[in-house]
Amino acid sequence: MAKFAAIAGIGQTEFSKNSGRSELQLAAEASRAALDDAGIDPADVDGMITFTIDNNDEIGLARCLGVKDLGWATRIPGGGAASVATIHQAAAAVTSGACEVVVVWRAMNERSQYRFGQPMAPAGGGLVNVAGNGTGSLLWCMPFGAQTPASWAALSAGHYMERFGVTNRDLGYVSVAQRKYAATNPLAWFYGKPITLADHQASKWIVEPVLRLLDCCQESDGGVAIVITSLERAKDLKQKPVRIAASAQSIPAEVEVISNYYHADLDVMPEAQGVAKRLYERSGLTPQDMQLAMLYDAFTPQVLVQLEAFGFCGQGEAKDFVKGGNIEVGGTLPVNTNGGLIGEAYIHGMNNITEAVRQLRGTASNQVAKMTNALVSCGMAGAILSNS
Amino acid sequence: MSNDPHIPPGPTRPDPVFTPDAIFFWEGAARGELLGQRCADCRKITFPPRPMCPACHSVKRETVRLSGRGTVASWVIPRHPAPIGFPEAPIVALIELEEGIRMVSNVIDVAASDMKGGIAVEVRFAPTRGGKAVPVFAPAGGGSRG
Repeated sequence: MAKFAAIAGIGQTEFSKNSGRSELQLAAEASRAALDDAGIDPADVDGMITFTIDNNDEIGLARCLGVKDLGWATRIPGGGAASVATIHQAAAAVTSGACEVVVVWRAMNERSQYRFGQPMAPAGGGLVNVAGNGTGSLLWCMPFGAQTPASWAALSAGHYMERFGVTNRDLGYVSVAQRKYAATNPLAWFYGKPITLADHQASKWIVEPVLRLLDCCQESDGGVAIVITSLERAKDLKQKPVRIAASAQSIPAEVEVISNYYHADLDVMPEAQGVAKRLYERSGLTPQDMQLAMLYDAFTPQVLVQLEAFGFCGQGEAKDFVKGGNIEVGGTLPVNTNGGLIGEAYIHGMNNITEAVRQLRGTASNQVAKMTNALVSCGMAGAILSNS
Repeated sequence: MSNDPHIPPGPTRPDPVFTPDAIFFWEGAARGELLGQRCADCRKITFPPRPMCPACHSVKRETVRLSGRGTVASWVIPRHPAPIGFPEAPIVALIELEEGIRMVSNVIDVAASDMKGGIAVEVRFAPTRGGKAVPVFAPAGGGSRG
């Protein structure tokens, strides 16, 4: 059995607001691109992993790729908060010997085909929000007017912000830094479109007094795929392998996806703390060993609490850490160098994983010097990726 | 109330979604009672409701009348998109009840400029469009100044 798994290929479609084709076609194009990148015949894929809420079907995608015999198919709960769990579970499948070549995909027309995250009032009564499936959000938030991921996330962040004196203006520094990265990343929707703190402060309130428009990720159409195989096999393929040095999930007691109101300490992100503990234990690495952090950024406050959970700064210090320029290229810890979900696209966290791979290969648009290890976190899962 | 014929009279707030393990909560709210769920064996109070006690694993659940008193742990005003069923943007708050549990609700009868974490609140009930009700909270003692 293999000791380590590796990312052998990455692929994607363009990121847009109107793809003009089916979600299955996006999944197929991204998967084919990732397999081409790896140099693996699509027929040889024997594992598939995606999100529970991806609309595409394994058989439909296998039919497009001409997969001969799929030996492993599983889906991950938790939406984007578990996006990195796709590669965690792919690595587990590969290192256990259950399968050899896993395609992980996420493909969505969440701007043109539907508005992911917006509430809908079906004819039968009540309210639904597909982005809240599997959480308590529907039942315990909707009748009170908290009907969107932005409102759930803002309510979750409010206690932390009040305690540590974090203002919406402080959050703006995260957004400005990420849009600066996106402005020099040709893959990004906001390529060539940096913003200023004044732009951030002039953008409309989405959830007052926490989130303005420019604190929120985009709505995007697009697909991303990642090919995982054993490190041994990856060494013989087209690309220099990116080793999955450690990977982990963590869903601590009473934690929910986004609507995180019931755990003991409202000022921490327990799931990210759990992921951090496992990653550092499993890899033997420390925060100081990371040259890059890709942190799930559906909304700007999540970046701050993840910086603290992973030990890049102390509790309550993240706002000053960001303000000090630490997360920019040349800073002590570049963060979300593709522009993140705010600046590049919102492919539910998967495009933050592919950026870490590009950085470790040395092919990123905003290349960090001397890359060895990258942390990728989505809150409820994470990985340390390495090129050594 | 408005005389505009295009606006139907009565409550517009969305109805709660009844799920099997939380029916008692919403039925209580419809009667104007804030009910919690307690383990009949070890007496641990839990929220959100669940069919098994996480402490002793008993499935003997009982409902208890909660005090309805608590404090605001966190609050926001959703502006965009405008919440469905709310003519004006509500103050959404996370309420920490005296019994040591938290729940999402609204704070009413207070100006947004007076909102802050830690203010004392007590329960009220607001009707929903389908004839049900949900617990909401107002500043304790009828005052809005902290």
